[in-house]
Amino acid sequence: MATTKLTRSNGAGWAFALPGFGLMVIFIILPFLFAFGLSFTNQRLISPNPTEFVGTANYRQLLGFGTITLDPLRDDAGVVQRAADGSPEYPRLREYTRNNPDYPQFDGMREWFSFGRGESRTYVLARDVVFMKAVVNTVVFVLVVAPVQGLLALGLALLINQRLRGINVFRTIYFMPVVVSIVVVSLLWRFIYDGQDGLLNNMLDAISFGLIPPVDWLGNPSTALGSIIAMSIWQAVGFHMIIWLSGLQTISPTLYEAASIEGASKWQTFRYVTWPGLRNTAVLVLIVITMQAFALFAQIDVMTRGGPLDSTQTIVFQAVERGYGKQDISGGSAISVILFCIVLSISLIQRYLTREKS
Amino acid sequence: MSAITSDNHGLRLVVRYAVLVLIAVIFLFPLVFMLISSLKPDQQLLADTSSLRAFLPVGDISLNNYFAAFDRAPVALFVMNSVIVTGVTVLLSLLICSLAAFSFVFLKWSGRALILSVILATLIVPFETIAIPLLLIASKLPWIGTEGLTFGWLNSYRVQIVPFIADGLTIFLFVQYFKDLPGELIEAARVEGATWPQVYRRIVMPLAGPVIATAAILKFLVMYNQYLWPLMVVQQESYRPVMVGLQYFFQLNRAWGEIMAYLSLITLPVLAFYLVLQRAFIASIASTGVKG
Repeated sequence: MATTKLTRSNGAGWAFALPGFGLMVIFIILPFLFAFGLSFTNQRLISPNPTEFVGTANYRQLLGFGTITLDPLRDDAGVVQRAADGSPEYPRLREYTRNNPDYPQFDGMREWFSFGRGESRTYVLARDVVFMKAVVNTVVFVLVVAPVQGLLALGLALLINQRLRGINVFRTIYFMPVVVSIVVVSLLWRFIYDGQDGLLNNMLDAISFGLIPPVDWLGNPSTALGSIIAMSIWQAVGFHMIIWLSGLQTISPTLYEAASIEGASKWQTFRYVTWPGLRNTAVLVLIVITMQAFALFAQIDVMTRGGPLDSTQTIVFQAVERGYGKQDISGGSAISVILFCIVLSISLIQRYLTREKS
Repeated sequence: MSAITSDNHGLRLVVRYAVLVLIAVIFLFPLVFMLISSLKPDQQLLADTSSLRAFLPVGDISLNNYFAAFDRAPVALFVMNSVIVTGVTVLLSLLICSLAAFSFVFLKWSGRALILSVILATLIVPFETIAIPLLLIASKLPWIGTEGLTFGWLNSYRVQIVPFIADGLTIFLFVQYFKDLPGELIEAARVEGATWPQVYRRIVMPLAGPVIATAAILKFLVMYNQYLWPLMVVQQESYRPVMVGLQYFFQLNRAWGEIMAYLSLITLPVLAFYLVLQRAFIASIASTGVKG
């Protein structure tokens, strides 16, 4: 066949593809492989000493944890010693985590959190408490943002999918924050969340006639992460609204006509026509949001820098703080690898789910 | 009967629009606040946050904050750096990625399926996970320029441009689009003796308008809003883009009016661009979804 001869050309094929593929090898694939390699070394950005292989030391440093259960201190008569507020007193953790030859596995660890059980108290220790908090915060962020943002985006898409005069104006407005830089958005919201002159406090004060006291939204460990979550959803929900909308528009109008002839209610129409048609879109939206959410960095860097009390530390913020801030390339790489493993397992789950259903 | 339903209909319409407007207010108020505040002196700006005046151009309105922002930081330089980095990256990305996609779709060569699947696999690698090792690589890469052979790309335009030219998503978008082009057209051109570069330039690219717009918009948004990477690789003022230039406004004697002016200045061009091309913007986001 003439066409085979005309289209087969190894030389031209490589020549066209090589610039793009070559750049991707140098700037995506190589650093990706480097991340694995470097994470087993003690590489620093600038160092007088040669780089050494250190095995899994970086990972053990990041992920090491242990638990220890302590009984309360008792006096000679066997009565539990109590502090001034009546709570039992326990031996000092430091005795177990500093050079205690009986507990070498706890050496250098710090208390992450603890819980009481009966009279005894169980302490969960971690070698790197800040990183543990960063992982937990990131997971919380993802677990809240993925469903909430996904559902809000679907709601907006259904709203925008109505046939109303001027509906495109609203679509344009809802999408607007997406094109604004997250850095700009974060700064604006710092102003909104401000503890004194913040717009949010003033607004709550006005609608509650002064009943709601002002909150330092970003300065309070219990509200900081929630505030960043709300802002992040505000910024990105328009993006996913558009993806839902394009999914909605692939559903054939004849299905809706059939449903209306059958006398289906609005909810039934959504449940039996709209939702089944959106299943693939739903998986896509969830995956995209999840992957974006795991990369949480700019908001943290601009708004809280991980504080207060590490309540907004995140995995990527920690990776950057170590790899760039402390020039600890190997530690930052190990964090990157851990992040990649989490993201990979999530996209494998996605593969699995979509395969099952289609 | 019909009067009742139409009344009902009218009421429903009012409720629908009320909901739409309320949501629009939620999305708009921070941006309106930014623009309005950029026109006010600091004292009034802070005082106005306690009332709806925060969203109204009332009181002492002027462009003074904008002049002050230009005095405080080399704003024009930052804008120029961002324009150079964004513009050059978008153009090179369109060229390099469309060439690669052209090869994957129209040329038959051994290994192309494997390489394309490697390229698509990079889609699940977030940039954040390679940023740290990439920093190490960028600090050691060679470059031949006016000073001869040098090592280390930090503090330059190229460190902000070259790593972002080729990416999986852009190649993927071009591949998807090229697959839908009629293959007979290309075959006919080949039979008539056109070379591959001629086919690319005269036949395929003139038909690729929509995907070029999509890829350009997505790349533009990513590049203009870059933050993490320039933060790490550019310490010298002369190469700083707008987002990193913001740091100037958080050094001593912070002035909120100037910050708002700077934010408006770097955001308004993008918003204007979006409002003019909003159909293309929205279509480009939608196309990443439908085909993904």
